[in-house]
Amino acid sequence: MLVQIQPRAPLPMLTADNLHLWRGERHVLKGVGFDLAAGELLHVSGPNGTGKTTLLRVVAGLAQPEQGEVRWRGLPTQSIGSQFFEDLGYVAHDAGLKGDLTARENLAFAVRLRHAVAEADIDAALSALDVAYCAEVPARALSAGQRRRIALARLILSQASLWILDEPLTNLDIAGAALVLELIARHLEAGGLAMVATHGDMAIRGGAVLRLELA
Amino acid sequence: MSARTGILRGAALLIERDLRLAFRRPSQLGNPLVFFLVVTTLFPLSLSPLPSQLRDIAPGVLWVAALLSSLLALEALLKADAEDGTLEQMVLSGQPVVMLVAAKTVAHWLVGGLPLVIISPLAGLSLGVTPQALWVTAEGLLMGTLTLSFLGSVGAALTIGVRRSSVLLSLLVLPLAMPLLIFGARATDLAIAGESATGPLNLLGALLVFTATLAPFAAGAAVRIGVE
Repeated sequence: MLVQIQPRAPLPMLTADNLHLWRGERHVLKGVGFDLAAGELLHVSGPNGTGKTTLLRVVAGLAQPEQGEVRWRGLPTQSIGSQFFEDLGYVAHDAGLKGDLTARENLAFAVRLRHAVAEADIDAALSALDVAYCAEVPARALSAGQRRRIALARLILSQASLWILDEPLTNLDIAGAALVLELIARHLEAGGLAMVATHGDMAIRGGAVLRLELA
Repeated sequence: MSARTGILRGAALLIERDLRLAFRRPSQLGNPLVFFLVVTTLFPLSLSPLPSQLRDIAPGVLWVAALLSSLLALEALLKADAEDGTLEQMVLSGQPVVMLVAAKTVAHWLVGGLPLVIISPLAGLSLGVTPQALWVTAEGLLMGTLTLSFLGSVGAALTIGVRRSSVLLSLLVLPLAMPLLIFGARATDLAIAGESATGPLNLLGALLVFTATLAPFAAGAAVRIGVE
């Protein structure tokens, strides 16, 4: 007898369930939900003010939803706390760098707070984003695009499996934008997950792209 | 995957970072100290320079000046990191927020409170305080300024999202600091009179243990709300 094996959908790693969030009188997130499996990208789009950043912050655990929950590997992120943060790399709109510290000092501190890292790895990450020449420059003297590249270098060094990126392409030149898309593609190929908010299109080579349009 | 950074190693990293940042801007370091010295020298100038009279007001002047100059730098304790997004990154690092706040508070005290304790004998001398009492005052201020930093961390965490929060912060922290002022000034007063100041000093120590163990939890909870 021939047994027909059904191709099973990949197990979702990240699940958001019916998220509701109010900001004063404004109902920002109106029952948002999605499933994301390893190697998948969730592209969050929508006009300004529809709650893209808010959704990203809720999933990252920086804001609490009034209703609904986010689960990571089947467990609510609220209750597993630091276990979830270990797997999470979040790049906000703001690069999150200390202006008085050099790019290298910024990266060394941010990454070492999570796990040990060698100086050579920091150099490699800076080179991967073409900002090796900024290593010894205080972050306040860098342009917005350079700061963003350094924030992305921090993301690579964090060894996180879930990337949450808020408008990662703003302030970047054409080469920089292509580089970021390539990094995301490689991250997905390696079995990582990514959640990206942008206005525009996300042309990612390979990888499954799910779309979530907020209105 | 590399090994996770432990809590103590994380705290050491954060303290090292904050000290490094503080010494990149040395002018800001000195301001509260100069404020402390100026305020304490204003009193001999405005009141009579009679040593006996100065000695009477010395405990109050020293402690009030120390309290106010500690408040000066308090606003920057968490706000600077909240504004450039680094606090958010630290919260997401997986390290306990309670440790992050406690480490930042200790670093803040090392650059603000400790130097004040060290120069306090200078201010005390100008007010005619006896050598024995100078020692007791420094001892009291050592515990008092650290207690105040921990108390202040709760206020700083609660006002992360408030613009120009320094006045609100003072209103939150000063009433809570009253026991410090009472016991601290009393210790100096007793020492000037040549009596034992052990009682008030012990109470200052108790206040320090109380705030150092509880304040980071309150401040940590407030930071979680503040980054939202």
